[in-house]
Amino acid sequence: MNSLTPAVKRNFSIILGLAFICLIFNIPQSIPVKIHWGKINWEHTFYRPELNFRLGNFDFSRKFDFKFGLDLAGGTSLLFSIDTTDVAADKLDQALESIKGNIERRVNLFGISEANVQLLSDRDQHRLRVELPGVQDADQAVSLIGQTAKLKFKGEVDIPPEATESATIYDVFAKDTGIDGSHLLSAKVELNPNTSQAEVALEFNQEGAKLFKEATTQFLNKRIAIFLDDFPITFPVVQSVIPDGRAVINGNFTNQTAKTLSAQLNAGALPLSIEVIEQNTIGATLGRDSIEKGIRAGLIGLLLVCFFMVGNYGYFGFIATLGLIVYGLITITLYRLIPITLTFPGIVGFILSVGMAVDSNILIFERMKDELRAGKPQNIAMELGFGRAWDSIKDANTCTIITGLILFNPFGWNFLNTSGMVRGFAITLILGIFISIFTGVFVTRNLLRVLVPKK
Amino acid sequence: MNIMKFRPLFFSLSLFLFLASFYSLIRWQFQPSIDFAGGSEYQISLPQISDQVTVEKLFKDNNIELASITHSENGRYLLRFRNISPEEKLNLTDALKTADKDFQELRFITLGPSLGKELLRKTVFAIILSSLSLLIFIGTRFNDFSFGLSAVLAMFHDAFILIGSFSILGHFFGAQIDSLFVTALLTTLSASVHDTIVTFNRIRELKRQNIRLDWVSLANQAVTETLVRSINNSMTIVFMLFSLVILGGDTTRWFALTLLIGVVCGTYSSTGVAIPLVLFLKNRRRK
Repeated sequence: MNSLTPAVKRNFSIILGLAFICLIFNIPQSIPVKIHWGKINWEHTFYRPELNFRLGNFDFSRKFDFKFGLDLAGGTSLLFSIDTTDVAADKLDQALESIKGNIERRVNLFGISEANVQLLSDRDQHRLRVELPGVQDADQAVSLIGQTAKLKFKGEVDIPPEATESATIYDVFAKDTGIDGSHLLSAKVELNPNTSQAEVALEFNQEGAKLFKEATTQFLNKRIAIFLDDFPITFPVVQSVIPDGRAVINGNFTNQTAKTLSAQLNAGALPLSIEVIEQNTIGATLGRDSIEKGIRAGLIGLLLVCFFMVGNYGYFGFIATLGLIVYGLITITLYRLIPITLTFPGIVGFILSVGMAVDSNILIFERMKDELRAGKPQNIAMELGFGRAWDSIKDANTCTIITGLILFNPFGWNFLNTSGMVRGFAITLILGIFISIFTGVFVTRNLLRVLVPKK
Repeated sequence: MNIMKFRPLFFSLSLFLFLASFYSLIRWQFQPSIDFAGGSEYQISLPQISDQVTVEKLFKDNNIELASITHSENGRYLLRFRNISPEEKLNLTDALKTADKDFQELRFITLGPSLGKELLRKTVFAIILSSLSLLIFIGTRFNDFSFGLSAVLAMFHDAFILIGSFSILGHFFGAQIDSLFVTALLTTLSASVHDTIVTFNRIRELKRQNIRLDWVSLANQAVTETLVRSINNSMTIVFMLFSLVILGGDTTRWFALTLLIGVVCGTYSSTGVAIPLVLFLKNRRRK
């Protein structure tokens, strides 16, 4: 060991330090330690460090937990196409923003935390991606979120007594008040302070307030029905003239029915119609199952690779295995740090990259063997092997990085794939390659320098 | 090691794989997944119902004709049918809940047909773009025409056989072409080029050292020196992917298998296709 140069010693310390830091990030959230030995009574719980750090507008706070995609965590992902044909071009941005906000509000009504609503626009094609993590029984949510939202307020007309039998609800409420969803600002559930009953409060915009005053005057003591997509959702009786555009619908609401009604009214406040073009629901059991199977497959594969390397290259193979462990630690630490949303194809990408990571070691070892065969001493052969292999490592990995970048589509170009699954695979593959180059040429090399006895 | 004497064998093997792929593609085409064709895929658990006919009838009552039904252990079903609306889905789930109180939804995907065309366009574009970039890369690395052309042809050889084997797997085992297949295909292309480049680098290095040696001897020496590395490297990838195919579950079995076929094919093609092609082109030029 005393013949080691300071640089090698320094590099070796860097590797040990790096491995240690990575290990800390990957310990469980908290480890309780209890020592009762003779007079020593020591109890302490170690916590994984968390980052709480802000710089200007950038928040560096991290909990260092893995982020799982919907396919692993379970949940529902929806893609809606937005019909924008009815909207004037200058109002489009506003309308799209409001539909996004409205859908977010509707999603929140279901009490889904960490839901993600994203507007995807490509020229004149507009879509909404809605991700609802943890939601399995999503049908209810999907059908409400996806309802085409066109709201109409219609007044009751007098039906001649002889026609009451055959009159449909559309005959009864035949008088259009001119009020529609665009006049409605919002609806919300309130509790009546006197009766503690749930009520739905409506708020109209200026024009809506004017129209609503006219309507309540005209239909005083009659009913005004509210239609959502030509489907009647409520028919309150007008009890007084409402001049200020603030109305309350009360009745025998439970909290739940009031919530649904206000959600439907809110849905109608937007004139854009949307349609589900993709629904993807993954049950939590399947996700957990996938994680377990993926980890098991990865570990068994890794074990096989280690045996293979030790069997083929002996002590060198063992050192390569150590390098591989450092590789694994760095990789999963980066997954936590960046953080990378892990999907199942992402796990496949990681597993594939482990297989590829060994490649740089094999290239180096084979070159080393060549040099040894040519009669060079071991330490010279080692350095020559590294030097010679570097060209091949560089060339070989460039190809994979090119393809990886095309798959990952870093700029989110619309003419390329934007699917989360494909990108999930590409990101772990690219990351894996960069880290494998690092471990191949830096970690394994220095481990060899230190751990192989000089002859 | 005189590996190049097996050239007729390599040629026959590649020709056979090529023709088999060609035949299967003409005869059976692909089984496109709902990614491309649109439709629904529904994975459910109905522990009380062990009879497929009951399930079929249940769906038929909801106006859904099943395109395929797979029944696996503990009452799990994988069903494929047309694209359905949220309302239809709601009715369907209600009917299933009534039929079996232990009904559980494992996975549900439905896709409209418009998305499929879009994905197809994006996919074709991605394939062209990555082929072109690999071509450019090969071009800059090998300003020798024979090497460049051979690497490219070997790459297309792998791609074609991978597509063909999926057509065969699709016909006999119901494997489907989805966006992950395309991902695996592109990864395979790069792995194929990757392997070829390592071997070619060695040939060029040897050529510089022994300028007088003929191409066949050079190729033999280069292959002898790189074959162990090439096979060992593939073996590590094969170990990882193979355990994934066996243990990784249904979700990505085909994805892992595609990568596996691609890696094996890519390793073979650099020795069995790319180098014989280089020799062929070099010998033809000399005459």
